[in-house]
Order: sequence, then structure tokens, then C-alpha cells
Amino acid sequence: MEFIRTALNLLFGANPELRQIIGVTLRMSMFSTLISALLGIPIGVWVGGNEFKLKGWVTRLMNTLMGIPPVVGGLVVYLLLSRSGPLGSLKLLYTVTAMVIAQVILITPIIASMTANVVSIRANSIRETCHGLGIGNHQRMRLMLAEFRVPFISIVLAGFGRAIAEVGAIQMVGGNIQFKTRVMTTAIMMQSNMGHFELAVALGVVLLLISFAINSFVYRLQKGWQRV
Amino acid sequence: MKKLFLVLIMGAMVFSFAACQKTIENPVIRMSTTTSVNDSGLMGYLLPEFEKATGYKLEITSAGTGAAIEKGVKGDADILLVHSKSQEEKFIGEGFDEVRVPFMYNYFVIVGPASDPAGVKNSKTAAEAFKLIFDSGSPFITRGDKSGTNTKELGLWEAAGVNPEGQPWYENIGSGMGAALTAANEKQAYTLSDKATYLAHENDLEILLETADDMMNTYSMIAISPKRFADTNAVGAQAFIDWVKSDAARKLIAEYGVKEYGQALFYNLDK
Repeated sequence: MEFIRTALNLLFGANPELRQIIGVTLRMSMFSTLISALLGIPIGVWVGGNEFKLKGWVTRLMNTLMGIPPVVGGLVVYLLLSRSGPLGSLKLLYTVTAMVIAQVILITPIIASMTANVVSIRANSIRETCHGLGIGNHQRMRLMLAEFRVPFISIVLAGFGRAIAEVGAIQMVGGNIQFKTRVMTTAIMMQSNMGHFELAVALGVVLLLISFAINSFVYRLQKGWQRV
Repeated sequence: MKKLFLVLIMGAMVFSFAACQKTIENPVIRMSTTTSVNDSGLMGYLLPEFEKATGYKLEITSAGTGAAIEKGVKGDADILLVHSKSQEEKFIGEGFDEVRVPFMYNYFVIVGPASDPAGVKNSKTAAEAFKLIFDSGSPFITRGDKSGTNTKELGLWEAAGVNPEGQPWYENIGSGMGAALTAANEKQAYTLSDKATYLAHENDLEILLETADDMMNTYSMIAISPKRFADTNAVGAQAFIDWVKSDAARKLIAEYGVKEYGQALFYNLDK
């Protein structure tokens, strides 16, 4: 259990590089999750809460996009952002922004699809009630956002979990540059490539502890909301 | 509740501005190098010294030599630091007046289990050792990733006059040097490694052959020409090359690893 001691030393010892890596990890994960949620939840509510002609197709498309292998997502973003790619002039490759872009591509379909699932279960009864009360479409959407806020939190957390655990895509577009784009997962990968397995596992424990802290915070938030 | 959300969003915005500012920081040199240079810790050791001496900021990404050179082709690097002569010559042969600047070397090593089932320890050359491995059918891990080490390994099989492709004991893992050493350690197999990565990696394998004439491993720098990409940081790349050639940097390179491993990991080439 040597790695647990190493993990505690890492976490509570003075290690500026680790603190910097954790900072980048949180910044990247929170941004990716925030943007993906802002995109994915409205899409999911709309798809799940309405009946329309191509609904079956859209649902299947979203479910398929949920399964994009991260490496493929990363490769596509790499080719787009590469200097010789179509968006090369933006000079975004090997930046945190590039990592966020790749993450948003991977996470948005997951959030949208899960949202649509949750919403569609009760969408019909809500629609009928709204119809009966004479509530318009626009307001009905807002009502549903409020109605489903508790499951939405869980969905956003699932997205966050995915973001903080991602490695393949962000290695490719972030480049694992020290003090710039190195995050927990790419650092773990690098350490295990160097055969430093104890340190790698210790970093993994640190990552889980961070995740646990964030989940605990949100859990309390969620509990508070349920009481309202 | 609304207040909390507002605070979260504002916090997020502050973070994003911080992220943006970092990306426009200049002057930045983007270096594409190989895993052997980066994972051995050499770049981490040289980087602060270089930045302190010149005021540049060096951003290092690492991959196998094949992929590292590809970043130069795509314009995602200002300078390459790699170790595969044939691939480097192909790159500079593309006609942009680029120059290959060899500056340091070490030796590839054949590592394997201490029991040395193929008996490569007594070989005079790496090609001879590879022939012995082939004849005994001893397990061998190949990187299979078009890296400098992988290219070298394939060349050695050719020099030995044998083709291991498809042999049951010849396993292609398609990964970096560290992963290959881990696999070789698990399977008690042979593999070809650069010495620096081997020494920095934790395993029970032993060096069975080194310093043979056909095992030399030369590292070169190539600055990407502005003719290839007009906005490449050629000035910064040249500044790095000049610094590496300086006496101060040569001393740093020669001393690297001596304290930790009792021997130098890289040797300077004569000026």
C-alpha cells in the first residue's frame, strides 16, 4: 500500500507542479462540462420533449455519437486545428482551449442523449398538462428545465466524470506540455510509460479524491434543491 | 441559488481569460521531440536552463520519431529533435533548405532477461545478436511505431539477414519505448531500447549488448524553414540550436544522469 502514502504525500506535500497540473485538470474539466451542458441539455430537452418527424433518426444519431472513440474525436480536432488544417490560423493546437473543444465534442452527445431519455419519460404528461393550462411551447421548455433539474445534475456529473477521466483525445490535441497542457490523466500515462507505476497509481488516487470532493459538494447542493 | 450560479459563471470566465492569455504569450518555441529525449528527463533538465539563458519559452511535445517528424510536416512544430537519420534525411529532402544538425549521441542497447537464453552477450555486433535471437526463437518485443528506435531495429534485422515478421515469438505492441520495456519485462523478452529510456525506466531487464559499432544513436535538431511555413518561429529555433551548441549547454548534457545513474546518458558530438 506504498502508493497510498505516496498519494497523501503528493496531495499534502508542497508540490507546485502537481498543484499546477490539478489546476489545469479542473479548469479543463469544468469548462468542458459547462459548455457541453449548455449545449447538450437544451438539445436533449427539445428532442425528448417534442414529437417530430425525424425524432427516431435524431435519437439514434445522438446515441451513436455517444460512442465516438476519444482517439478519433481527438484526431479530428487535431487535423482541424493543425497549422496545415482548416482552422490552423487560430493557433489553438496544444492549448487548453483545444482540449476543451475535443472534450465538448465527446461529452455533448452524452449529455444530450441522457437528457432526452430522462425528459421523454414524462414529456407526454407534461405536454398535456401544459396544453390544458394553456401554457405555450416556449414556457413549457423552461418549465421542464426546472422540473428536471435534479436528474440534470446527475447527468452533468456524469459528463464531468467523463471529462476528468479522458486521456486519449487530450493527449493528442493538448500534447501533454509541462506547465501548460499536462493534466492528471496524461501525467499518469506518462509516468506509467516510464515504468513509475507506484507514482502513477498515486496520481490516480489523487484524481479520485478530487472527483470525490467535487461530487460531495454537488451532492449537498442537490440535496438542498430537493428540499425546495 | 441564482447568486451561486452567477458566481460559478464568473469564476468560469476568469478561468477562461487566464487560459486565453497563456496561448498568446510570446516568444514561444514549439519543439517536437521523441519519447527517448523527453521520458529520459533530459528536456525537463535542459528546459529551465535554456529559458533562463535566452528568455524564450519552450513548449515540448513528444512522440515516436515518425510522429514527431510528422508534426514538422504539418506545421505544428518550430524545431524537431529526433534520432532517425533516414527519416530525417527524407524530411529535409522535401526541398525547403532545412539543415540537419547532429549534436549528441548515445548507444542503443539490447536488453533482455538476465538469463540471456539466446546468448547475445558474447556478440560482436547487434546484427549478430539479432541473428542469435532469431535462431533461438527467443521472445522479442518490437515497438512497431515507426519511431527512431523501431527504424533502427528493423535495419538491424535486415543487416542480420533475417525477417522476424510473423514469427510467433516476435510481438509488435505498437507503442512507445516505456510500454515496450514494460512488456519486455513482463514477458522476459528481448527488446531494443535507447539507453536513456532504459535507465530511467524501472524494470528487471539487463543490458546485454551496447557500444557495438552498429548501435550508435545520433540525435539531431532540424529547424523548420520559413519556406515551409511562413510564420514558423525560425529565429527561436535557431536560438535553441545556438544555445545547445554553447559550452554551457554541452556541459549540462555531458553531466546529465551522472549523479543519478552513475554514468552519462548522452554524449556530445565533436563541434
